[in-house]
Amino acid sequence: MIRDARPLVDALREPASVGTLNSGEWTELISIARAESLIGSLAHRLADVPVPDRVRAVLQDAMEAHDLARQQALWEADCARRALAAYPGRIVLMKGTAYVAANLAAGLGRSIGDLDIMVARDDLPVVEAALLDAGWEWVKPDPYDDRYYRDHMHELPPLIHRERDRMIDVHHTTLPLTDRPTPDARAMLDDAIPLDNGLHVMAPTDMVLHSIAHLFADGDLAGGLRNLWDINLLLRQFAEADAQFWKDLDVRARTHGLVRETHRALRLAARLYDTPVSRSSAGQSEFADHLHVRRLLARDGYGRETRKLTRFAFYVRSHWLRMPPLMLARHLWTKWRKGGTATK
Amino acid sequence: MTAMHQIHLKIGPAAFRIASAWRQPLDQLAALYRDYPAPVDDGVDFTVRLEPEKPWRRHLRPSVHIGGDFWLPDAAPLPLAQGLLAAEMGMNLQMALGWRRHLLLHASSVEKDGKALVMTGLSGSGKSTLSAMLAERGWRFMGDEFALLSLETGEIFPFPRLISLKNQAIAAMQNLAPESRFGPEMKATPKGDIRHLVPPTEAVARMDEPARPALLLFPRFGHEPVLRDMGQAEIFVRLTQASTNYVALGEAGFRALTRFVDEVPTRAMDYQSVEQAEEMIEGLWSQLP
Repeated sequence: MIRDARPLVDALREPASVGTLNSGEWTELISIARAESLIGSLAHRLADVPVPDRVRAVLQDAMEAHDLARQQALWEADCARRALAAYPGRIVLMKGTAYVAANLAAGLGRSIGDLDIMVARDDLPVVEAALLDAGWEWVKPDPYDDRYYRDHMHELPPLIHRERDRMIDVHHTTLPLTDRPTPDARAMLDDAIPLDNGLHVMAPTDMVLHSIAHLFADGDLAGGLRNLWDINLLLRQFAEADAQFWKDLDVRARTHGLVRETHRALRLAARLYDTPVSRSSAGQSEFADHLHVRRLLARDGYGRETRKLTRFAFYVRSHWLRMPPLMLARHLWTKWRKGGTATK
Repeated sequence: MTAMHQIHLKIGPAAFRIASAWRQPLDQLAALYRDYPAPVDDGVDFTVRLEPEKPWRRHLRPSVHIGGDFWLPDAAPLPLAQGLLAAEMGMNLQMALGWRRHLLLHASSVEKDGKALVMTGLSGSGKSTLSAMLAERGWRFMGDEFALLSLETGEIFPFPRLISLKNQAIAAMQNLAPESRFGPEMKATPKGDIRHLVPPTEAVARMDEPARPALLLFPRFGHEPVLRDMGQAEIFVRLTQASTNYVALGEAGFRALTRFVDEVPTRAMDYQSVEQAEEMIEGLWSQLP
């Protein structure tokens, strides 16, 4: 019985490691990979190693499912582009959609849910109006939530398209406004790189730093193995293409106030996925690294979440990072009185 | 975390691992699926998980949450007495959300002379009961829940899981099939009274054998008996609604479905009794090329 997600990490890092798995372990590995949304990435990694017939069929399914997800994500991005054709500012694609639009290795087999875009904060009213006009609608028509998003978050409340049933998150920066690090959104927009269709993606260092901010400063590490896998692939590809990359990353991390987070991400990526990181960029290892690894691997061979206490600790921490104590108390009180779950 | 009980099942082309916090539903599954071939030792396609809805609901008024590799956020839990139903629903859920090797039609199917009759319709149309009845009268049972349409050849592949009988259909089938083929009776489930029936031996022995679809019916129970022609556009749209993975398959799904609509003669069939339906079906069947 597999007790944590280590075999998935091993298989992604070193595909030949699956050679020793028996059929029960394969079943467990697949359940873990599906639960961590890494089955498509795993399928691509294992494309050239021998696997049992039924496993090959499962992996083939995953590749085809993600081919379609990729096509749908690009289509959705193009729908947004057309809806915003009259908007003169930059529209920057983020996360999964950006990886596939820019043809990066991190896009291979990656699951993509919502469309995430970033625009200048001052332009939000214009962009919002254009999207509403083109068929997007509010998902949460709740005045408290709406106010909360607008005052404290890094994005508009989520919108969903009434015909295509797809969500769009419109960001104006990469972290909640209440978070301690305050990334320089203006610099990210200014340095974004244009694609052929007029949309933009972030410059390499910003793309990595956004992924890092998303992993550590904006959540409870849910989906963290997938995020860290993205970071690993981005780092490898960018560092190989540009000898200056590590230096640029250091500078840019300081610009965005993400030096500590960047050091930790690099150490964890090296530790789990063997990412060849620059020593000076990774800093000294800390005891907390060990806790992060424990949390990231908290999944058993049935695909169940394990280590409830560690998970809860990171959940509490995620709220702590996002909000000053008094504000957190007020937020949880309001959410509790509404009878909703305090997820935001 | 505590270990779970687990068994493996193979139904048609799909292999499952069913993991459960309780033994009871797995013992029931093992008994009802005893004549099915064991999965070959090359892994499974899906894992289904039956877990306590909350940790304390393992022993105290046990309540089964249906999870697994694929899951729905708002799945309602079932009492442990309906654990067998939970397992079946869990397997259906994996197929509906995860299967990509065929176009899945929410339909029953039976075979005769190497040709398949496919019946689809809303819940309560009687498609499941009709397939179970025909299976006792000379047809080979292929499935009462999903018909698997091949993306390459256009053939229908069987998915002969336990037949899920509801309400009045239970008594009707008890007159035709021996008690030993029935599972436990589950009263007042979210789907009404349910009792599972093990398909005939032949259905299980030939569960890897496809058949070319020769007739598609849209049965509707409780109306004056009549057969009606349907336009291709209506057939197509209703089949997209009856398919759980049409959208997920993209172009391959579109090709398979348009081919099916082009090639397979189709009728809407209203009926008031199984005997009427059987007569109409045999009439149509004898006129097929």
